Amino acid sequence: MSTKTQNNHAWWLVLPVVLLVAFNAVIPLMTVVNYSVQETFGDNVFFFEGVRWFQDILASERFHDALGRQFLFTAIILAIEIPLGVIIALCMPRKGVWVSVCLVLMSLPLLIPWNVVGAMWNIFALPDIGLLGKTLNALGFDYNYTREPMDAWFTVIAMDVWHWTSLVALLAYAGLTSIPDAYFQAARIDGASAWSVFRYIQLPKMKRVLTIAILLRFMDSFMIYTEPFVLTGGGPGNTTTFLSIDLVKMALGQFDLGPAAAMSIIYFLIILLVSWVFYTVTMRNED
Amino acid sequence: MAGIHLKDVRHSYLAKPTRDEDFALKKVNMEWEDGGAYALLGSSGCGKTTMLNLISGLLNPSEGQILFDGADMTNASTEARNIAQVFQFPVVYDTMTVRQNLEFPLRNRGVPASEIQQRVSNIADMLDLTERLDTRAAGLTADGKQKISLGRGLVRSDVNAILFDEPLTVIDPHLKWQLRSKLKELHEQFGATMIYVTHDQTEALTFADQVVVMHDGMVVQTGTPVELFEKPLHTFVGNFIGSPGMNVLSGTQQDDRVVFGGEVIDSGSWKAHLPESGEFEIGIRPEFVTFSEQGIPARIETVHDIGRLRIVTVTANEQPVKMVLAEGVPLPSDSVHISFKPEKTGLFVDGWLRQQGASA
Repeated sequence: MSTKTQNNHAWWLVLPVVLLVAFNAVIPLMTVVNYSVQETFGDNVFFFEGVRWFQDILASERFHDALGRQFLFTAIILAIEIPLGVIIALCMPRKGVWVSVCLVLMSLPLLIPWNVVGAMWNIFALPDIGLLGKTLNALGFDYNYTREPMDAWFTVIAMDVWHWTSLVALLAYAGLTSIPDAYFQAARIDGASAWSVFRYIQLPKMKRVLTIAILLRFMDSFMIYTEPFVLTGGGPGNTTTFLSIDLVKMALGQFDLGPAAAMSIIYFLIILLVSWVFYTVTMRNED
Repeated sequence: MAGIHLKDVRHSYLAKPTRDEDFALKKVNMEWEDGGAYALLGSSGCGKTTMLNLISGLLNPSEGQILFDGADMTNASTEARNIAQVFQFPVVYDTMTVRQNLEFPLRNRGVPASEIQQRVSNIADMLDLTERLDTRAAGLTADGKQKISLGRGLVRSDVNAILFDEPLTVIDPHLKWQLRSKLKELHEQFGATMIYVTHDQTEALTFADQVVVMHDGMVVQTGTPVELFEKPLHTFVGNFIGSPGMNVLSGTQQDDRVVFGGEVIDSGSWKAHLPESGEFEIGIRPEFVTFSEQGIPARIETVHDIGRLRIVTVTANEQPVKMVLAEGVPLPSDSVHISFKPEKTGLFVDGWLRQQGASA
């Protein structure tokens, strides 16, 4: 016969975690869910609307456009930052004093507050006084990011690449330096070319850190707000209005709390879904 | 295939070595004959792996020359030297299948496809990998992965030499025997020079025709297993080869003679070799120490029965002396005396053998 004492008091030990999770995630999220099914005209008076806001958002052309711009932006910066970060990591020295110098220089952009990055590039790219803008115009390009959508996109992308490629490079570098020497020795014995070494040793060994890098850059760039807001304010027109800028316009500019809440939830689910699909697909062959 | 000659080779991992201790490999002159099966034996950190990496070209020596059949290869690339090397821990290309792993070194050298296929299937057969040829290499156990590493070395049949750096460390004991005899078989079949690094003397003695013993960055002795046993040139060889190792005892010099425990060990032939400092050692293997009617007075301390033999430790001249006794030989009861077989007794100065076979 079992002499084990049944004592459920231990459940109380979980309480602090439950409270923490509740206040930091569940309750705020539920507030949003609450708003997303109601309409308000102020005075704290709410009317139940069911799934109407969700239907509206999903059918709205404005949302489709912002979502399209968002995917395009994220795809472009991933296509630039990931290969560029890997190339930089491959070029970085493995030992000696230059390692620390490189690491510090690489980390600098990551330490600058996001709105400062936006402000820096705003001035840097001004066609009349900014170093970049003035140089481009002097070289004969008709460059004006406040007027031309293509120029605005170019500037936003250049800014993001400048700000975040270091993160990819540092992660890739960490992955590269953790590869044991024996692999490179064996590759030399096997007569492998530099490309083979990259393709069959370095790239597979970097797979995990690169997965993390892609996920982080995907999530961050998909939620990008501060830098383009400070740089272009979503313009010219709506050409650099990404999802979060649009969301803030809707929630605070128009005070449409219901549709904004519904949009937040859809936005959140898209990020969750893409991240999950990506992670599952890349990791399906791992042991 | 080629004979490999290391000429006055020294190697240091430091940029500017100054003292002798800075060198991982100290002044090595070594001739590896074409087609020989060598074991490179020594304790951890004695320079075995450095020696292999110098031969294969993974390292370039700080000083000296490396010749292949007389041709200078000192600064030649790993590729040009055409040497296969198998490392202590398995290295596999994770994203490739077992077959692609085995094909890899051949493909890199542009071997025709039909030949690749034939060699890979031969090697896979030999290593019992045939059934797993088309599975991903990453999924194999450590055993399996090391077999792939071995296979990538052995699949190249035209190499100048195959170097094994303790390749069976991660392999199960029962497989070890099997693989080692297969390596031996391969050696007889292809006749490539094989150098097998190990710190396990059984492994060395069963694999090799010639055993090279390294100690502290130097090659201390090269010879057949019997030579190493009967005439160790250095106390390290005496200790490292044989179980238990050689007794290294300190005696005293009295005029022309060398005396241990009141008995004359040498009556004059060693005199010319004795250093002025008077510091020397007497080396005698436990197998050549016997009980006798007269001789060095001793006291029995412990007796270990290890099956067909007994290891007896006695104290003589206030020093422990080990001896090996066959089963059934009676132990003397009261007054114990031991004696050393004169022609197997050696004089060692600074660790090196100066004279053996003292005249009685």
